[in-house]
Order: sequence, then structure tokens, then C-alpha cells
Amino acid sequence: MNLSLSDEQVFLREAARGALSRFKTIEAAREALDGDDGAMPDLWPTACEAGWPGLLIDEAHGGAGLDAFDAMLVLGECGRVLAGVPLLGHLPATAILGDAPNAAELMADLASGERRVAYLPAQPPGDLDERWSADPASGPERQPLPSIGAVGEDERVPVTGSFAFVPDAPGADGLVGVAIAEDGRAVGFAVRTDSPGVSIEAVTRYDSTRSLGHVKLQDAPARLLDAPEETLSSAWYLAQALIAAESLGSVETALDVSVAYAKERFTFGRAIGSYQAVKHSLTEVLRQLDNGRSLLYYAGWARNGAPAEFPLAASAARSVGGRALDQAARTMISVHGGIGATWEHDAPLYFRRAQLSRRLLGGTAGATDRVAGELIAQAS
Amino acid sequence: MDLDDTPEQAAYRAQVRGWLDEHKREAPILQGPGAIEDEDEIVAARRTWQGKLAEGGLAGVTWPKEYGGQGLGPIEQVMCNQEIARAKVPGILDAIGVGMLGPTIIAGGSDEQKSRYLGPMLHGDEVWCQMFSEPAAGSDLAAVQTRARQQDDGSWRLSGQKVWTTNAQFASYGLLLARTDADVPKHKGLTMFIVPMDAEGVTVRGLRQISGEAEFNEVFFDDVALAPDAVVGGVGNGWGTALTTLMYERVTIGLGGEGLGYNSTRFAGAIAADEHARLDPEVRHQLGEIASDLLAVRFTGYRTLTALQKGQVPGPEAGLAKVTIVNGAIKAGDLIADVLGPDALSEDNEWAYMISFLPGLKSAGGTEEILRNTIGERVLGLPPEPRLDKGIPFSELRSKEGAPA
Repeated sequence: MNLSLSDEQVFLREAARGALSRFKTIEAAREALDGDDGAMPDLWPTACEAGWPGLLIDEAHGGAGLDAFDAMLVLGECGRVLAGVPLLGHLPATAILGDAPNAAELMADLASGERRVAYLPAQPPGDLDERWSADPASGPERQPLPSIGAVGEDERVPVTGSFAFVPDAPGADGLVGVAIAEDGRAVGFAVRTDSPGVSIEAVTRYDSTRSLGHVKLQDAPARLLDAPEETLSSAWYLAQALIAAESLGSVETALDVSVAYAKERFTFGRAIGSYQAVKHSLTEVLRQLDNGRSLLYYAGWARNGAPAEFPLAASAARSVGGRALDQAARTMISVHGGIGATWEHDAPLYFRRAQLSRRLLGGTAGATDRVAGELIAQAS
Repeated sequence: MDLDDTPEQAAYRAQVRGWLDEHKREAPILQGPGAIEDEDEIVAARRTWQGKLAEGGLAGVTWPKEYGGQGLGPIEQVMCNQEIARAKVPGILDAIGVGMLGPTIIAGGSDEQKSRYLGPMLHGDEVWCQMFSEPAAGSDLAAVQTRARQQDDGSWRLSGQKVWTTNAQFASYGLLLARTDADVPKHKGLTMFIVPMDAEGVTVRGLRQISGEAEFNEVFFDDVALAPDAVVGGVGNGWGTALTTLMYERVTIGLGGEGLGYNSTRFAGAIAADEHARLDPEVRHQLGEIASDLLAVRFTGYRTLTALQKGQVPGPEAGLAKVTIVNGAIKAGDLIADVLGPDALSEDNEWAYMISFLPGLKSAGGTEEILRNTIGERVLGLPPEPRLDKGIPFSELRSKEGAPA
């Protein structure tokens, strides 16, 4: 039994914290929100220097050969300071490519960060829905994945389809997604973003730190990947675990800042943190944070240790992480009083992060439903 | 990061499993066909079974060897509990004595007390109960009013009332916190005693709960005589002794969450069994939220075990897991009753029993409010609420109660 950070993992986390501390990410988030398009620092060179693009790529291909849990630690640090490092798109894409022998020659450039890819999120079937699906641009109805015809000699097929709110798509060199073959199988594909028929519309919604894109493929010449179907499924859950870790990193900061304020702000002759109403609401954030941390361990362990449980573990982490971030951001505002709801304070930046994050990648609510689906399927 | 046993742990697990394979047919049957129904027979059978577990080394795993234990750590205790659950046999009857009161006596009792009481406790020959809480002293435990007055010959006379006393109806002894000096501030005037439950003046009365069953008792003391050597840990040191017991209680609760049976698999099974509920989006969503929280607690438990394995003592944050379990189970009971309708509330229904049990559990082992206070102060470092009782002799404090503010 060992569910604790190794020395290497502690070092990885501290190094990430140190690297990100060189940037004024939170100030940049506010300026970007104010319309300064150039405010957000480009953190990709920092990520490359630290080796994050290759976290999940084999050492033989120039990566670090680490696990999902290590990547979650880095995402947690990004979340702490609302840093927009395009790992949420890149890492699940590299997890798919890394399991596709016919993509091996791409891996060295992806590991070094010379080239960056983005994952086109595709939710695997659940107990009630046999279809794979993609996030819709609007409304509750999930979208079907692209269908593909026969594979040509050159292993390239035209792919047509649209993917909304794809994390880190703007500026990516390639896209990695899932399509449905004629026999109903899910097949991975990769396409260069400079190919004809690929359009990426950068979109900003509510949280200026989050780079998103609406991706449209019109007969885009994609290369089919020989990654196994389990890998395609696992990539979705990896993305769930990563955004959960990122969310919980933001919860840590929101809680730290709120606790510090509750100790120094006095009303009626005593610190507001001494009042039960304030103390208990902060303890509630800690409770949800701690539950989320436990589920990050579960997801991190399950991805290799019990792959059949990874969908459950990652979905549960996402469910708790998303709810915790909403709770933490709202508590941060209420503990600070009126000022917490103004741009004088950082709380609105965390609140904006919470509201958008909870709706990306199938949504926190979708992950919660998937937890139920996995358990009901197990019980049947 | 792994959930595997080390080779030493695997060997220990195999040894425990081997003993259980050999002896599990001797265990009393408490559920299903052939189950014992008479309460007295159940207690008798479980005492006998505890004796066998003790002889096999499956009771008092963390007790030192000189007192009949195995001298092992909390990890081995948890593994032993897991194997007992796996074998589907009852655990020890006197979990409170062996888990909390025995360790308190080992830590602070006299040599005579250790040699007299620990052996019969471990083997189930003498069952123990914990008599700390009172009707007006729960969260504020140091406010106990049960009074022990020392006589000229050194003996004591005890009067007062305790409550929430599990197993008192068949216990031989109880560990009791009493006030021995009311003229000093409340934490200072307390002393811990061993009380024979068959002593003249001790009255035990069952306290029926929502379910109708009496899991707890009230215990009344009417001028009960106690010998001078009934004191544990010294006169006036009762608070420190009580904290030792409560530390063991926290460990027990922190590691025992799964043992309550409030887990995601069980609740999902109830929903999955209903052909309509399993398809209902609202039911599924609620199940997903409850189950995610309860899954988290399972892994919080593994994190606690990791900390114990490294020699760290679990902190008060283990109390947060209790809050999650109890509130998650309350929501699950509510959801299942919504799904099943009034039948869920049939007296013999497992869900009716759970629904009835949980409101009380919310206060057991520390109310949710007290847990949140403790965690807010000790983990988050928030300042305590101003206290009006600091440094004031207990007798003056009592006289203020009920007076206009």
C-alpha cells in the first residue's frame, strides 16, 4: 500500500511551481479579460524546457515516460495560478499517438514540443448510449463523430466533421481524434492543421486564460492510426482526470487565499475565520478538495493498475473536482464580501475559470452521469 | 503508487486467511438461514468467538505481546479486519474495549490494572463500555457533571448519569470520566475510573432510537462505591486520559468507514435493480454525485493507511471522511426511498434501518459541527471561537448557566 507522492513526484511538482512562478499569470488573466490580446504569456517554451510535452511519451521516443498521475501534478500547478499551458489538448493526443506504432516517427518532435498537437475530445459509449460522441457547439444533444469510408493505400482518408470548444486547438500543428469506420469500430486519426479542409476558429468564452477552438474538418486528409480502441477510450478519461487535477489546483489557491483573509479580516472585534459560519464553509471547501485529491490518486493508479476502473475513477475525479471548484470560487467570493465580486480581487478570475471548466469536455455533470453509468453497468 | 501488500504484509495476510479458513465454521451465524435470533444467545456466541479470534491472534493485533496482543501495526489491524470481512464471519464483539479502552489502560493504567483487566477483555470474557458522554456533555465533553467524591478511607462515591453507552447492558466494566474537583477549571478537575457494572447503585436502561432498537444505553449511578484503585492515570488527570481514548477512537473511525457498508457499489446495486430507476436521468445524476464522494472516501482511507505505514498519526482531517460518508449515505437512503416508495420504509427493510440509523450517526464520534470546528482550527489554522469558560472554576461556570446574559 502506497498512495503518496514519490520524491521524484514532489520534485516534479515543485519544479512546475517554480517554473510557473516566473510569470504573472493571474495579472495577465485580468488584462486579457480587459481586452489586451497580447497579455497572455506564451508558456509553451517553458513547458518544453521542463519536458512537459513529453510527459506521457516513452523515453525511447524522447519523452519522460511518466504516468498520468505525474501529468496531473503538473496540471494541478497550472490550475493553481490559472496558467494557460496547452497540455489539456496536447497530452491526451500524445497518449493516443504513443500507442499507434504507425505514428512513431512523430513522437520525438511531440516530446520536445517542437510540434504541438490537440486532442479532439470524443466520449466513448456508456451503458445507455452506444455511440461515441463529441461536444456540441450548443445545447444538450451530443454530436456524432465523423464517419469514414474505405482506407486508401496511403492510409489516408478524408474526414468530415465538427468539434466544438476543443481545448488548445488554436495554434496547434496537428489534431488527433476519433472517427467511426464502416464496420462501426472507433478508429483514431491524425491530421495536420495546415492541411486543406481544416479550419480552426479561436473562441474565448468567459475565461480568457483558456484557449479553445471550434474545429471544422471538410474532407480533411487524415492519417488513420493503428492505436487500439481502448487507447481511444482511455484518452477521454485521461482528459477528464487532467481537467480534474487542474480544477483542484485552482481550488487550492482559492482556499489558501480565503483562509488567509479569514484570519486577518476582523469584524465585531474578532477575525471572521473564528465565526462558525465562515469556518464551516471553508472546511467544506477543504472536504471537497480532499475528496478530489483522493480520486486523483484513484485515477492515477487505475490507468495502469486497474484499466477497467479508469473510466469510473477519472469520471468521479472530474465530478468531484468540478463541483469543488465551483464551491471554492463561490466561497472565495463570499468570504471576501462584496470586494470578492469585483475586479479589484482575483476571485472573479477563479469564478470564471470554474464556470467555463465545468462545461468543457463533456461537462462535470456529464462525468457525474458517467460515474452512475459505470456503477450501474457493474451491478448488472 | 500501488495498492499491493509488501511481501511481509502478504505473508501476514496469508497467515490470517489460513486461520480463518480453518476456523470459520466455528463462527456464530448472525444473518440469513440458521441465524441465532435470541439477543442473549448472540452475545454469548460472539463472546466465545472473540475468545477464539484472540487465541488465533486475530484480536488485539496492535496490542503489545506482553498483554496477549500481536505487537503489530495498524496496517496489519486493517488487513486482519479485511480478511474477517472477506471470510464473512463476525469480528470481535468488544471492538470498543479492545480498540479504544484497552489501549487507554495500556497507556495509562497501573501494572495491577493491566494484569487484572486486559486478558479477560481481549478474550471477550469481560466486555467493556465507554462512559464519557452525558446528557449535558457531548461536544463539550469536559463539562461532565457525574461526580466522584473521595471518602476518608480513600474510596470513592459516584453519582450521576452517562448516555450513548454501547454494550452497557452486558458489559462487566466501564471506563468512566467523572468530576472529582469542581473548584478548578473544568478540564482540570476530572478523573478516569474503572467501574464494575454490577456494583450496587448502577442502573442500565436501553435507549431506543428511531429504528426502535436500543443500540445505546443510559447508565445511572446512585452513590456507587468505588475502591481507591479504580482510578486510571491519576486523580485530576482524567482529561489527558480521555484524549488518549479519543485518539484511538479517531483511528478506529478513520479506518472503519468502509466497514459501515455505506459504499457506492451497494447503493448502485439498489438503483440498478429497478428497471425504471436505472434509466432515469435524475436518479442517475444523484447516484453519480453520491457515488463519487463515497469512492473518494475509499481512497482517503488508503491514503490514511499509507500515512500510518510511514509512522504518521492520522490527524483530525480523517473526520472529514466521516462527514462525507454520513451525508453521502443520508442522500443515498433518501434517493433509494424515492425510487422504491413506501416499501423502502418497511420495518424489516435494510434501507429503513439505514435511514433510521443515520441521523444519530451524524452526531456520533463528534457532531459534524464540532468536527468542522476542529478541522477549521487544527488543519486550516483558523482562529478559535472566543470561549467564555477559560480559567473559570467549573462550579462558577455551572452557576452561570441559565442566568440572563
